[in-house]
Amino acid sequence: MIDAALTFAFGCFGLAILLNLWRVVYAPGVGDRVLALDTMVINAIALLILYGVKAGTEVYFEASMIFAMLGFVSTVAYARFMLRGNIIE
Amino acid sequence: MLSQIAEIAVAFFLVFGGIFGLVGSYGLIKLGDPMSRLHAPTKATTLGVGGVLIASMIHAWLLEGDGSFHELLITIFLFLTAPIVAHFIAKAHIHRHVAPEELPEAGADRGWAVHDVDSAGGQVDKDTGGPRA
Repeated sequence: MIDAALTFAFGCFGLAILLNLWRVVYAPGVGDRVLALDTMVINAIALLILYGVKAGTEVYFEASMIFAMLGFVSTVAYARFMLRGNIIE
Repeated sequence: MLSQIAEIAVAFFLVFGGIFGLVGSYGLIKLGDPMSRLHAPTKATTLGVGGVLIASMIHAWLLEGDGSFHELLITIFLFLTAPIVAHFIAKAHIHRHVAPEELPEAGADRGWAVHDVDSAGGQVDKDTGGPRA
């Protein structure tokens, strides 16, 4: 049962990351592009955690933690750049 | 018996997380204007990844027996940062696409923060339009 649910979740998040990629390439504005990149990072975290469940290890936790932090910081940096034209004043 | 309940819970949270993650990313494509599109990823996707993390936590605790709470750390981190990201992107949208005349009064002695700067980066006085004392 867990195997079937894992396959389903892998399919969902894989499709989600493809939709995000499509949005990054064909975005109507810069804000949408940044938002799609942020969503892509979150979906990548979910895929990493799912792979950790499948492999039965806790190793991928650290990787996903770093992904979460870097994703947040880079999204804030992009938004800051859109707002002010530079990041550190 | 306990492991059966744990398996059902893990499978439920995995399916729940997968559906919400997909709905969030589909909403990013489907919804009409930029501020509506902000809703789907910041709410549905965060819930989806939270579901996956809870499934991973139950899996480690009850089926492998060496669990810990550190998946909860990522969940809390994502739940804290998603509104901040949404706020920043909404602010950038106001800055780029909404004219100061379209906005309601800020209700303070200063204007809206995104329009409250001149081209040199200094603060603007709302009444005189000149640099702020």
